[in-house]
Amino acid sequence: MKQFQYVRPTTQQSVLDAIAKPGAKVLAGGSNLVDLMKHGVMSPDKLIDIQKLPLRGISKSLGNTSSISIGALELNSAVAEHALIKQELPLLSQALNAGASAQLRNMATVGGNMMQRTRCPYFYDIAMPCNKRNPGSGCGALEGFNRMHAIFGASDKCIAVHPSDMCIALVALDATVEVASRKGKRYIKFADFHRLPGNTPELDNNLAHDELITRVIVPTNNFAKNSYYLKVRDRASYAFALVSVAAALDIDNGTIRSARLAMGGVAHKPWRLHEAEKALVGKPANKASFEQAAQIAMQGAKAYKDNAFKLKLAPATITEALTHAAGLA
Amino acid sequence: MEDLNKDACPHHHGNEPKENPRRNFLKQTSLLTAVALTPGVAVKAAENHLDEAVAAVFEKMPLHVEINGVNQSLSIEPRVTLLDLLREQLHLTGTKKGCDYGQCGACTVHVDGHRVNSCLTLAMTVDGKKVTTIEGLANGDELHPMQEAFIKHDGFQCGYCTPGQIMSAVACIREGHANSEAEIREYMSGNICRCGAYPNIVNAIQEVKAGGQQV
Ligand SMILES: Cc1cc2nc3c(=O)[nH]c(=O)nc-3n(C[C@H](O)[C@H](O)[C@H](O)COP(=O)(O)OP(=O)(O)OC[C@H]3O[C@@H](n4cnc5c(N)ncnc54)[C@H](O)[C@@H]3O)c2cc1C
Ligand code: SF4
Ligand code: FES
Ligand code: FES
Repeated sequence: MKQFQYVRPTTQQSVLDAIAKPGAKVLAGGSNLVDLMKHGVMSPDKLIDIQKLPLRGISKSLGNTSSISIGALELNSAVAEHALIKQELPLLSQALNAGASAQLRNMATVGGNMMQRTRCPYFYDIAMPCNKRNPGSGCGALEGFNRMHAIFGASDKCIAVHPSDMCIALVALDATVEVASRKGKRYIKFADFHRLPGNTPELDNNLAHDELITRVIVPTNNFAKNSYYLKVRDRASYAFALVSVAAALDIDNGTIRSARLAMGGVAHKPWRLHEAEKALVGKPANKASFEQAAQIAMQGAKAYKDNAFKLKLAPATITEALTHAAGLA
Repeated sequence: MEDLNKDACPHHHGNEPKENPRRNFLKQTSLLTAVALTPGVAVKAAENHLDEAVAAVFEKMPLHVEINGVNQSLSIEPRVTLLDLLREQLHLTGTKKGCDYGQCGACTVHVDGHRVNSCLTLAMTVDGKKVTTIEGLANGDELHPMQEAFIKHDGFQCGYCTPGQIMSAVACIREGHANSEAEIREYMSGNICRCGAYPNIVNAIQEVKAGGQQV
C-alpha cells in the first residue's frame, strides 16, 4: 500500500471541506477501499475516516409519504438485523444477508456498499488493460475471460457488472439517496445513482467527488408479505452473484396489483425491469405470468464469449424469485 | 499536540520499534520544540482549528487501543492493517494471515465485541476500541468453551484456519445465528478451511450452543 495521510474529522463540515480537495477519499468500513489500495488499484493521498460522523440511525417517519431513513454509516449487518427493516423491508434484509460474510457485513456500511467498485478481475489486476481503472488503456474483459460480465447496457469500453446485493433491493424499493456537499443537500433517485459505462466507464455513479452520502430513504410499501431476493452464485454462500433477482409483489386475492423487479450481476448498474413489472400487473400470481414476465425482462440482452449461460440463467432466476415471492415455492 | 508526549501516558507499553531515532528524538522534545519542528501545513491546520489530528503530517500516528484487556499506546503508520499490527508489532501471531484480502476469514478478530476481518481493517480505525484476538479468549489457563469443543470434536487438522474459525464461532453464537446446522454453515461461511474440517466445526459449535454457557 502506498503512503497516505489519515485524518479522522468529527464534524460533517470538516469532512466536506476535506473531500473537496483532490486526492482525498472517504473511508467508511474500508472493506472495499483498503482492498483496492492493497492491490494498487486505488491510491488516494489522503483518507478521510468518516466513522466519527453521526450518520447512523434507522427510523420511520410518517409525513405526507411514510418512509424509512437509514444512515450512511449504518453497518450492513445492523440494517439486515434491524426489526423495522425485517418487518417492513424484508427484501432489503435478505439482499444484505446474501452479500459477503458476517465479518464483512460487520465492516461494510450502507454508503460504502453503494460505492463499492466492480469485481471485474481485469479491474483488480493492475498489469491488465482496463478502461475503468486506467481510461484509454482498453478493456481486458471484452475479448478475455468474461464469464461474470454484463448482458445489459454494456458498451465497447466496459462490460463490467455492479457487484452489490443491497443496491438491487434498493432500486426495486424506489429508494432515494441523500447527499451533502459544501453547497448543501441534494437528493438522487436510487435508479439514477449508478451509471451505465458509455464512453466514461471510469465513472461508476453520479456522485460528485466533493459529495458525501448521508442517508438512504426508502418509501414504505405493500410488498413486505410477498418479496424475495434470490442470488445465484458459484458456491452456496460468500461469493458474488452470477445473477440475482429482487422480486416484490402486491397480491390481492390471487391477482397482482403491482410488482417490482430488479436484477444484479447483469449490468453496470442495478438493473430495474420496468417492462416486466408492467406485464405482471393485473395478471394472476402464477407460474405462467412469471415466465412471461421473465421473457419480457430479457429483451435486448446481449451475451459475450463466456457468459451466454446468463441468457438462460437470468429468466430462470426471475421466474424462481417471483415464485418464492408469491409464496408458491 | 498532547499525543507527542507519549511518556506521560500511564498505559505505555513501549511497543514501538526501539530503533526509530526520529521517534526517540520527538519523545524527548518539549511541546514547544515539537511545534517548531512541525511542518507549516500542520501549524496552519492547528491555527485554523481544523479538527483533524495534526499528527497526520508525520509518518507515524499515535494509536490507543485495548488489546486482550491490555491498554496499548502505540505509534504506527496509517497504512498498517490491524492484522499486521497484531502479528508484526505486537507479536500476537495467533491471528493468521491467509489471503490478506478479506476472502478467507483466517484473520477474524473481535472489535468491540463484533467479528471483523483484521486484514481489511486499518489499525488507526480501532483507536479507542477494544480488540480481542484468539490469545484473549481463554481465561488464564482455562480454555474458552469453544476452544475445548474444537479439541473434543476434532475441529481442525492443520490448524491454520482454527483461530479465525473459533473467533467466528463465538460470534456466531453471540449473534444468535447458531440455531441449526444450516444457519451455522451460512454464518460460518466467511471462514474457509482448506483441510475441510467443516463438519466437526459445526458439531463443536452445536455443542457449545446446546451447553448454554456464556461465550
Ligand atoms: C471477499 C469479499 C466479498 C464480498 N462479497 C460481497 C457480496 O457478495 N455482495 C456485496 O454486495 N458486497 C460484497 N462485498 C463488498 C462489501 O459489501 C463492500 O466492500 C462494502 O459494502 C463496502 O462498504 P465499506 O463501508 O467497507 O466501504 P469502504 O471500503 O470504506 O468504501 C468504499 C467506497 O465508498 C466510498 N464511501 C464510503 N462511504 C461513503 C459515503 N458516505 N459517501 C461517499 N462515499 C463513500 C469510499 O470513498 C470508497 O470509495 C464483498 C467484499 C469482500 C472483500
Ligand atoms: S469490463 Fe470494465 S472493469 Fe473490466 S476490464 Fe473492461 S473496462 Fe475494466
Ligand atoms: S487474511 Fe483476512 S480474510 Fe483472509
Ligand atoms: S484445519 Fe487446516 S485450514 Fe482449516
